[in-house]
Formats: sequence, structure tokens, C-alpha cells
Amino acid sequence: MASALELEGIHFAYPGRPSILAGASLTVAEGDRIALVGPNGSGKSTLLRIAVGLLRPNAGRVTGFGRPRASEAEFQDLRRDVGLVFQDPDDQLFCPTVIEDMAFGPLNLGQSRAEALATSEAVLEELDLMHLRNRVTHHLSGGEKRLVTLATVLAMRPKVLLLDEPTNALDPENAARLLSILRGLDIALVLVSHDAAFRAQLELREMRLLEGRLAAR
Amino acid sequence: MVFVLAEPAVAPPGFLAAGIARIDPRFRVAAVLAFALVVSQLDSFAALGLALAAGLALLLASGQPARPVLKRMAAMDGFILFMLVLLPFTTPGTPLFTLWGFGASREGMRDALDILLTANAVVLMVLLLPGTLEPVTLGHALGRLGVPAALVNLLLFTVRYITVLESEYQRMRQAMRARAFSARTNLHTLVSLGYLVGMMLVRAQERSERVLQAMKCRGFTGALPLIDTMRWRRADTAWALGFAALLAALVALEVAHGVGP
Repeated sequence: MASALELEGIHFAYPGRPSILAGASLTVAEGDRIALVGPNGSGKSTLLRIAVGLLRPNAGRVTGFGRPRASEAEFQDLRRDVGLVFQDPDDQLFCPTVIEDMAFGPLNLGQSRAEALATSEAVLEELDLMHLRNRVTHHLSGGEKRLVTLATVLAMRPKVLLLDEPTNALDPENAARLLSILRGLDIALVLVSHDAAFRAQLELREMRLLEGRLAAR
Repeated sequence: MVFVLAEPAVAPPGFLAAGIARIDPRFRVAAVLAFALVVSQLDSFAALGLALAAGLALLLASGQPARPVLKRMAAMDGFILFMLVLLPFTTPGTPLFTLWGFGASREGMRDALDILLTANAVVLMVLLLPGTLEPVTLGHALGRLGVPAALVNLLLFTVRYITVLESEYQRMRQAMRARAFSARTNLHTLVSLGYLVGMMLVRAQERSERVLQAMKCRGFTGALPLIDTMRWRRADTAWALGFAALLAALVALEVAHGVGP
């Protein structure tokens, strides 16, 4: 399997705070399914943000699809293929309606308005979320918001999907829907989750982040 | 307000400077209000000159670095520059000189200079007295001076939540970038940024309602309890007398040299 995403020797500290990542390395092969586990504040979310260049490491290298990624332009290119689902859905949904939010990513990829709408509707259809198409985003329930944020990222047809605590505040029914959606995907997954039962059902390779480094369990 | 709230000053060294740093916040606000009322009524250049000189003297005595304060003052001048430049040409009166066929009047020049001195004297005093207060202290001082609670609350909540809004904005921008957004000169960019601003307004409104609900649960009825330790000291009385003398001198100069209506 070719490697899709490679992080090597990542060091990172937020300004004025002690170092949070100290030489973390992670290789995501195509189709790989990885769970990142570790205590609160151990740097899991930070690592995901570094992987797509939203944060820049103090040291270390990010390689995406065989090419080094360091500049904003290189990461902009990488983000077309690596999707990140944020921990708080409210950070992600910013358009008035679901369909507009869905089309935002495809439009950024250069699709025409009609193509973007078609892609968005196809993904809503696949995820069985078509009934939410014209809903106002900030009136969605917590579970609906979570599923829609996942849909908005999948609308970009990423090759790697990064998920930050996707089961947070999900009721069992929506958690089950999320699970079946993730099971049906044939792309690489990196999942940050404290929910052991949820992880167990996805057959993930578990990596533990401790004291700034990653190790297989 | 942005300029006033930007950087609260640190206590500067020196005896006089230390004294100035300890001036009662209520006095600072009241004094600057009285100063602005008096100076805006002055017409004589002697009185206006004294007003500006008093501000500069206070700046030197306060031991604050002069450059940033003067820079903020200059920023205000930028706002009124156009009006000042146009005034001589739009005010009728005795011709002074002509530029590209447009005549400048003596009266217009005089008015422009009057406005320039007035504005700078007042802004300098604002920057030096209330401008050096922590924003929260300024809110408390306004509350103690009887400013309506709603206005004081607006100021205090702005101070409290402006960073929350800033980080919410940053997180949404990150999420947009994560979906391959980069700002370009096209409709998609304008629409997306418009949505971003709109969503921030909607969220701010909803957050304010949640905060209000949580506050109500803890007994909020419209007034924030202001907990502070403002105490009027003897030095404040001295400052008040000195400031009153300055205002009296300004009025006396105006009467002596003033160009009556």
C-alpha cells in the first residue's frame, strides 16, 4: 500500500505553553484505518490540525501523497484530498442552509455551481440525509449537525478522512448511523475518539499518543 | 474606542508619574468630560494653545512613552484631515491666497486651525486620563458615575467576549481552509465571507441568549454587581483642584483674548 499521509518527528508547542508534541510520527497508508487515543490535552487534535497544515509544527515533516508539504500552497493542495471533520460541528457549518454548506467544498475544488449541487445532492443521497437539504444549519439538532459536517467533508471526495471526536454528544441512534457511514467508506480514516465501544466496532489500528509521541498499542 | 482600549499602560516609574497612575478612575472620566466641554467652546488661540500644552505636559509627567500616544493622536488627525484641508476653500471671507483658481479665506484657515487644536487637545487628554485605564476599570468608573447600567454592561460584555468571538472566527476560518477555501476575487469568496460574518452574528446572538439565561439562573436582573476598590484619596482632591484651576485659566484666557461672537 502506498502511503497517503506521513508525519515524521513532529514537535509542537502552543505559544507560551509547554511542548505538546515531541517527535510524534504517524504513517497513514491508503485505505488505512487508525484510531488515535490518549488523555485529554495530549495533542491528538493538534496532530490532526498539523496534518492538514492548519498549524505548523516547530520541527518535523509532513508528506502527503509522496510530496513534502510545508508551504501554505502545498497544504492547500493537500486539503483537497485530506478532509478534516472538526470536533465542534458549529465551527464547520457557517452557511445559511445545508445544501449551501455542502456545496462550499466542491465549489472550492473548482466545480461549477451545477456540478457542486449535483455532488452535494449525491452525497446527501448516499448518506440518507436528503431530507435535511434545505434545512437552516443552525436549527439542526446536535446529531444532525454532526452527520451534516461529515457529509460536507465527504462531498469533496477525500482520500483520507480525519475525524476529531465524532461521537461527542451523539445519541445512540445517530452514533449507529455514523458508524454505518464510516464502515461503508473505502478511504483511509484517522479517528480521534475516547469512545472505546465505538472504536471497537470499526476495526481500527490503535495508536497511543503519550508524552508527545505515538506508539502502537 | 479601539484606540482607547488598545493597550492599557503599565505603571510607569517616577514619583509624579506614580501619582498620575494612581488618579481615581472616576475623576479621570469626569475631568476629561469637563475638559472636552470647555475646550470645544474656546476660540482664542492662546487658550487652545494652553489646553494642548497642558496635555503635552501631562504626557511628559506621566512618564508614558510619548511616541505611541502621539501616534494614536495622529491617527485621529487622519480622520479629520480632509475636512481641515477643504475648510479654507469652502469658508467665505477675506481671500488669503489662491490655489489652482480656488481662493482660500483667512476665516477658513482660522477655523481649520481652531478645529485642529481643539481636537488634538481633547484627544490627547482622553488618551492620557481614561485611556490608560484597564477597560474593565473604565466600565466600573462609568458605572460609579451614574452612566446607565445597560451601557456599562455593553462595555463590560464587549471586553469579556471579544476574544471569544475572535477565536470563534479563527476556528471557522480554519474549518473553511480545511475545505480548500482560499480568498480570491470572485463571487464565491464574497458569498462565503458574507456567510461567515452572518453566521458569527447569529451565533453571537444565540450565545448572548444562552449567557443571559445562565445569568438569570443565578439571579441577574439587569445590573452587574461592580466589585472594585475605588477610594477617593486626598491626592485626588489635589488633582481635582489643579484641574479646575486649568479650566479656569482656559476660560480666563478666552475672555481676555477671545474673538467675541
